[in-house]
Amino acid sequence: MIDGVVVASYIGASILFILSLSGLSKQETAKRGNIYGMMGMALAIFATILSDKVNNYELLIVMMLIGAVIGTYLAKRVEMTSMPELVAILHSFVGMAAVLVGIASYLDPNVLFVGTEKTIHDVEIVLGVFIGAVTFSGSIVAFGKLKGIISSKPLSLPGRHLLNLTLVIVSIIFAFIFLSTQNSVDAISSLIVVILLAFIFGALLVMAIGGADMPVVISMLNSYSGWAAAATGFMLSNDLLIVVGALVGSSGAILSLIMCRAMNRKFLSVILGGFGNKVSNENDDDEVAGVHIEIKTDETAELLKDAKEVVIVPGYGMAVAHAQHLVSELTKKLRTNGTNVRFAIHPVAGRMPGHMNVLLAEAKVPYDIVLEMDEINEDFPKVDVVMVIGANDIVNPSALDNPNSPIAGMPVLEVWNAKTTIISKRSMASGYAGIDNPLFYKDNSRMLFGDAKTSVDDILKHL
Amino acid sequence: MKIAVPRELVSGERRVATTPEVVSKLLKLGFSVEVETKAGVHANFSDEAYKEAGATIAKDAQTCWEKADIVLKVNQPTKEEEILMHEEQTLISFFWPAQNEKQLRRMAEKKINVIAMDSVPRISRAQKMDALSSMANIAGYRAIIEAANHFGRFFTGQITAAGKIPPAKVLIIGAGVAGLSAIGAASSMGAIVRSFDTRAEAKEQVESMGAEFLLLEFDADEDGGTTGGYAKTMSKEFIDAEMALFREQAKEVDIIVTTALIPGRPAPKLILADMVEMMKPGSVIVDLASQQGGNCELTVPGEVVVKHGVTLIGYTDLTSRLATQSSQLYGTNLRHMLTDLTPKKDGEININMEDTVIRGATVTKDGNITWPAPAINVSAAPKAKPVIVEKKEATKAELRAEAKKKSLITFASVLALIAFILAIGSVAPPNFMGHLIVFVLSIFVGWQVIWNVSPSLHTPLMSVTNAISGIIIIGAVLQIGSSSSIITFLSALAVLIATINIAGGFLVTQRMLRMFSREED
Repeated sequence: MIDGVVVASYIGASILFILSLSGLSKQETAKRGNIYGMMGMALAIFATILSDKVNNYELLIVMMLIGAVIGTYLAKRVEMTSMPELVAILHSFVGMAAVLVGIASYLDPNVLFVGTEKTIHDVEIVLGVFIGAVTFSGSIVAFGKLKGIISSKPLSLPGRHLLNLTLVIVSIIFAFIFLSTQNSVDAISSLIVVILLAFIFGALLVMAIGGADMPVVISMLNSYSGWAAAATGFMLSNDLLIVVGALVGSSGAILSLIMCRAMNRKFLSVILGGFGNKVSNENDDDEVAGVHIEIKTDETAELLKDAKEVVIVPGYGMAVAHAQHLVSELTKKLRTNGTNVRFAIHPVAGRMPGHMNVLLAEAKVPYDIVLEMDEINEDFPKVDVVMVIGANDIVNPSALDNPNSPIAGMPVLEVWNAKTTIISKRSMASGYAGIDNPLFYKDNSRMLFGDAKTSVDDILKHL
Repeated sequence: MKIAVPRELVSGERRVATTPEVVSKLLKLGFSVEVETKAGVHANFSDEAYKEAGATIAKDAQTCWEKADIVLKVNQPTKEEEILMHEEQTLISFFWPAQNEKQLRRMAEKKINVIAMDSVPRISRAQKMDALSSMANIAGYRAIIEAANHFGRFFTGQITAAGKIPPAKVLIIGAGVAGLSAIGAASSMGAIVRSFDTRAEAKEQVESMGAEFLLLEFDADEDGGTTGGYAKTMSKEFIDAEMALFREQAKEVDIIVTTALIPGRPAPKLILADMVEMMKPGSVIVDLASQQGGNCELTVPGEVVVKHGVTLIGYTDLTSRLATQSSQLYGTNLRHMLTDLTPKKDGEININMEDTVIRGATVTKDGNITWPAPAINVSAAPKAKPVIVEKKEATKAELRAEAKKKSLITFASVLALIAFILAIGSVAPPNFMGHLIVFVLSIFVGWQVIWNVSPSLHTPLMSVTNAISGIIIIGAVLQIGSSSSIITFLSALAVLIATINIAGGFLVTQRMLRMFSREED
């Protein structure tokens, strides 16, 4: 195939990718968006394969077949509660691919540049592999944390900021060696040192971040994987890679930004580690001492039966307990009873952006009753019963009325304005931020202790 | 242990301390229950119904009191009843120890344990046995029913063929339990309801019931709330402002319900004779505080009188006028109290003085007077509130400064970016600059497109971007035909994992999107 046609196909593919992303803006067009994405990908790959730069089809096709089979298997098998893990591991693949392509590109004897062009190309390579390696190890650690293989508590090594800084500086030094040396053995070994340092850096970066900050981490890694692809595009002088990399990179960046805003935290402070412990100590004197009122499942069922307006606030606890199907059934029952049931989703509920929406969709909750925080916050005073299932910090009133609270200023779901709030929780333990939740001691709050799944199941029996 | 429920002797009292439904639950706690014959007749509970629930029927008061270990009553015992009481007996009823100190002493001398339902502390955990709230709720409701009965017009406004009917305007003074209940009843009948309370924390509650909260135009920051959830006496300036407000409202409203009580004091006089005079003829005032002397100067306790064309309702037995409902709620309050008193459910009560609720309600025990109980501090108003208000005001100016700073930073960074691109452009070959244009434009396109993505689709967005970042496969595809075996190996590996990404990403997105369904589908 002639080059002109290949480039034309790349233009087509870029347009299809942009259409794909804009299709995702609405539920109605989302499926079409995904199909555009597939078409763009198919077009790009076929055009590349058919161009005259490519041979060795046997190996290529075998590899692609194996990859496709593994990919399909993963996609069919994954449980919706473990979507964050799948996304994390897929990010690590992009990172690894960028590293591999980067090294290969350096070794490629056909690429001959001189002078500035050579320097620029080498900078592109070192940048590409660095970002790729950080993405790879960061995503692997994120995967481990989400799976529970690695403790989800933030790991704070003494002097870790200094350590990270040293890692970056040393990487830059080796990058310079890589750029300046004429000796190819020196060059390749310093490239490998940069990769190894980047691996350690990426791992440490994510190790320091706690479980509930995962939505930020996942979107940040999403962004990195895009930048890695873009850097690879520069290195190979391939505009399609640059376009896609930039699209993905900015998409991830926007998601990280949205997540940070939802927690009223600075991106940098999330990345630099979890909530400080000293904040909670300072808080000791205005401890929310109070009594909580317990409620049993039969009384909960009574309350729900009599309510006209019910709002359910799901959190990560619902995902952990796999309670989404029972919650959906509860919703159905209440709706046939004439109750108006809606869901309120906080942007950082769960472990990745949009996690709760996907779980509820899986359980066949119609998406038009699943509302965002801004859409529903004003309605709470009109609501009879709010059920909080496995959420804590996102419904903490001290974010609004206690300026000393570590989560002060974070937008929260104002569930306490409803007539009654039922909080389904395993115990009185505090949430991720490690702070007490005055919501539990409010007069109109009722605590429903126990595993979310068994509780909801019991409520269903009593309805 | 044996529980006895005698007939109430106070004249006009129609309530009874237990209902058949409560009896069956008391039996489950291990008690036996005896009810005096005809005890529930005024509240529409027959002897047969009690028998069916598992109680025995005592033929008269004497037999009823004689063998009982625990006596459940509504009102404190009369002289006749006191004679029937014996040592070690436990009495659970309203007792009003502050007003009945002599009787309290007699109870202690007789070694009778008295648990006074009116002394249950007002904390969250004790709400289920808060009989005062239950009764106040009923009184508030009934107050509106009585008012409607004596009021010559509709509550709700209507446009009829015969002309327009304006809605009645109701003012409710004191937004405690009774006040809130009255607001609920009046607004559900269609009236325009306003309410006033000295406690700032009442505003939200009033508004949640659908009424308008009247604000006092008053400078000093005075809040009538106390740590017990009741109101306190206010300063003179405050009362003057309050009176002015009531005077103004009196001209306008059709019905006034007053529920203002301050614990341990006569009811404050809020509606003076001149205000009654100002009201339109046919208006109604219901004075829920009439037992404590009344909030209105002209109220006659226990009676309905008409003065200056205004009907003044001073009934003191509003809860008794809804005897079935009152007995049901009061009986349930008693049952909750007994449940807490018998933690083992073995029919043996244990007056555990470590328990704040039981401690608070117990006024005599083992021959000693244990009233008043040490205070507990709880108030519904958030403490930190003033702090935030100040903070918010302070930040207004700061915010503007910050916004200014922010736009400066943005501007500076755009300049820096342009300078940086220029710097690269001066040394880089045109080929590279071409790629850079594509890169920068794509970021802008991405930035514009992604902001429109609905938050509920963030997970599919991530998986689809994940799939398309598998485009890196193209780099590997171009390298796989290399003559160097290392390159071939590296790129073959890259092809493999990138394909996993592409296939996995797109398919899982498709699977997710298929699950999102609307209601109709």
